[in-house]
Amino acid sequence: MLRFALKRVLGAIPTLLVLIALAFFLIKAAPGGPFDTDRRLPPEIEANLQAAYNLDEPLYRQFGLYLGGLLKGDFGPSFQYRDYTVTELIAAGFPVSLRLGGLAMLLAFVVGVAVGTVAALKQNAFTDHAAMAAAMIGISVPNFVMAPLLVLVFAVTLKWLPAGGLGDWRNFVLPVVALALPQIAYIARLTRGSMIEVLRADFIRTARAQGLPQRAVIIRHALKPALLPVISYLGPATAAIITGSVVIEQIFGVPGLGRFFVQGALNRDYTLVMGVVVFYGVLIVVFNLIVDLVYGWLDPRVQYQ
Amino acid sequence: MADAVLEVQSLNVRFTTPDGPVQAVRNLEFRVNPGETLGIVGESGSGKSQTALAIMGLLAANGRADGSARFKGDELIGLSDGDMNRVRGAQISMVFQDPMTSLNPYLTVGNQMRHVLQRHLGLSRGEALRHARTMLEMVRISEAERRLAMYPHELSGGMRQRVMIAMALSCRPGLLIADEPTTALDVTVQAQILKLMRELKSEFNTSILLITHDMGVVAGNADSVLVMRDGECREYGSVDKVFYKPADDYTRALLAAVPRLDEAMPERLATVSAPPTELGAEIAAVEKPRTNHAARQLLTVDGLGVRFRVAQPGLFARAQSLVAVDDVSFELAAGETLGVVGESGCGKSSLARAVLQLIPTASGRVCLLGRDLEQLARRELKNMRRDMQVIFQDPQASLDPRMTVAQIVGEPLNTFRPDLGQPERNERILSVLLRVGLAAEHLNRYPHEFSGGQAQRIGIARALMFDPQLIVCDEPVSALDVSIQAQIINLLMDLQVERGLSLIFIAHDLAVVRHISHRVMVMYLGRAVEVADRQSLYEHPRHPYTLALINAVPIPDPVVERSRQQQPLSGDLPSPLEPPSGCGFRTRCPHAIQRCADERPLLRPVGKSLVACHRAEEIE
Ligand code: SF4
Repeated sequence: MLRFALKRVLGAIPTLLVLIALAFFLIKAAPGGPFDTDRRLPPEIEANLQAAYNLDEPLYRQFGLYLGGLLKGDFGPSFQYRDYTVTELIAAGFPVSLRLGGLAMLLAFVVGVAVGTVAALKQNAFTDHAAMAAAMIGISVPNFVMAPLLVLVFAVTLKWLPAGGLGDWRNFVLPVVALALPQIAYIARLTRGSMIEVLRADFIRTARAQGLPQRAVIIRHALKPALLPVISYLGPATAAIITGSVVIEQIFGVPGLGRFFVQGALNRDYTLVMGVVVFYGVLIVVFNLIVDLVYGWLDPRVQYQ
Repeated sequence: MADAVLEVQSLNVRFTTPDGPVQAVRNLEFRVNPGETLGIVGESGSGKSQTALAIMGLLAANGRADGSARFKGDELIGLSDGDMNRVRGAQISMVFQDPMTSLNPYLTVGNQMRHVLQRHLGLSRGEALRHARTMLEMVRISEAERRLAMYPHELSGGMRQRVMIAMALSCRPGLLIADEPTTALDVTVQAQILKLMRELKSEFNTSILLITHDMGVVAGNADSVLVMRDGECREYGSVDKVFYKPADDYTRALLAAVPRLDEAMPERLATVSAPPTELGAEIAAVEKPRTNHAARQLLTVDGLGVRFRVAQPGLFARAQSLVAVDDVSFELAAGETLGVVGESGCGKSSLARAVLQLIPTASGRVCLLGRDLEQLARRELKNMRRDMQVIFQDPQASLDPRMTVAQIVGEPLNTFRPDLGQPERNERILSVLLRVGLAAEHLNRYPHEFSGGQAQRIGIARALMFDPQLIVCDEPVSALDVSIQAQIINLLMDLQVERGLSLIFIAHDLAVVRHISHRVMVMYLGRAVEVADRQSLYEHPRHPYTLALINAVPIPDPVVERSRQQQPLSGDLPSPLEPPSGCGFRTRCPHAIQRCADERPLLRPVGKSLVACHRAEEIE
């Protein structure tokens, strides 16, 4: 298992390199630069700025310098927030994003699995159809439509919850729900499908033939195998939550990484954008590894190779 | 008569399906007395399993049972799930066919056993585990403590079924329902399990409802027999009466269709669909020697070896190589059938694939008509493939569900005869279809519309398309009902005589192999342990493993079965990853001596057979 983890981490390095290179050169290829403003800067100042940030070097050298910095854990200075390094910005934004994303993930997992299981047990009954129709809507309505709708209903019309910002837990409710909804829907569908399949298995019949009541059959015998596909989905789900949070943080004004990312992109803050991309890349790789290990722990037949 | 343990009266089981209602069981009546084993026999679709599920209240959601099934006087049909849960597992328990899928792969053996005990006997976790351990010992599982912590996939098939039985008996039920308990197991393991069940029956004072398709299993294990067909009882009585004085035509036909190891062979197997009179005549036909041993050698296999690489878990483990086939040689003449028998994992299927060059060989040569197949260029090999065809075990799975029969059977024509015009093509397809007993109206149907036997006929038709010289049959009838088996075997034998075909017939069923083969090769752990003509092999088995295999096959004759003093082979097949030194069979062989561990026995002539055993001469 150790060997497996090691292999996976090493295997992720080329992926990350490609990711970094793509992000780096795509940003450079975009027109404009970090110091473009409405008023043109005097050429000598601009040249000085360029030199200070190594922007006058040839591209491949810039890339090399950047990679060298990354190895030391240095994401470079931010072009926009001049007083901060990118590392500091990430350290400031990530806890907020983590809270938002983590809560959304937890909510999605718990609610999704519960809804999916109930739907599977009531297969083809009204509850099942209703839950799955709702799930279909949850999957097909994009975040940026769902979020304003939630704000409109719960914040503007009903005035139950604040529309965003930072404060106590109540500020978090709407963004978390908006972020979790598509994942809840997806996980519910996944759980329903795998639960229906597991319930047909021979070993479930055995459990029934032993006189175990329905609840014990589900919880002790069916849940674990039914969760396996959901567990493997958690990898892609993380990625989806991260992408989603970029939009959601913007809409609800949550000062997390996603917002930095958007601001950075708008201002051509190369290093900030790169920093967030690399950081999230590593995060997704690590999370996928954890998911794989958890999977193996749940399924005794998996052998790591 | 004492009070019945189970009394079933006018039991009906109906299913509502999209195609309308289906009645699976019709007006069934029987009783199981204390200490009695009732065997319910029938082919697939006879309703035998649905009967069991109805009694247990485990029918599928669209099924309904009515009538009466009383367990020690208490009515079971119509009980609520809650009430039924107090009966299930505690008073009536069930053992299912496939122990691999019937045990939960995600839970340890101990945890699965513990749930039942905690629920029904109200034991604490620790007490339940201790009790589970005792139960494992009672089903003769060694190192019981350690097994409790294991997952089902870490146990052998036989051991898994022992765990199932231990679990079923752990609350000392009054009735044990065993639904095809040994069908998924190898013969030698089947013999172990059946013996265990007989012993436990008296130890636990349980009655048994034994559901099976195998007349041999019933003969040796049941006191009474109920024969079912299409949901109805065809015959019900004591085992002797049913076997020796069958009153019903179907029972008689069923008995006649089973190829038997202990009798002179009929030239053709009786088939169930044939009318009884004709049947009798066929059975009476005495064995005529089938002599079409043309001298022409068709296939020569020399020192063939097949290896697979198996990755190992662990940080520093290297991939191991598994020897699936080890130095196997044989020859096959035109028009001859070589039977290959052995239990699962003995390498017989790998051998078949290697002969057909479907998997790479590690060593040795395969020559068809004097040409070494491995030396051939791709194109030539492709052309040679016309001469060697294959038929697989699962006929449905080996046919593409999206193609019509005409497309499936005609597929080889696309590759080898793209020049043919449509009319000529159709004519060829139709002619092979007719030959295997299908009709023109089947041409445009899809595989799922056919029964297993018909699907196998389609597979045979496809193989026959180019008039091959060799057909490798990999367990072609194992998935079929007895009566259908007989039809397919007869068809293969007819085709062989008609076309001078050579067959390699791979099976685990010794009786079937004996019926169709001229010569038989017995395999164990990748090696050929005995090769002999069929008569010598079955009448004078020389290798201890051959003998054990033959003894393990149940014979559909109650008196013979009762008088057989068989001591089933102990233990399981060793892991092919770590085969024993010397003779592969020595871990289970009752005659093993030191030399067997030191020196590998080679195939050598003993009497009329080739035997790989150091002590072949001494053992009789
Ligand atoms: S060689 Fe020895 S162990 Fe092998 S079968 Fe013969 S007697 Fe048994």
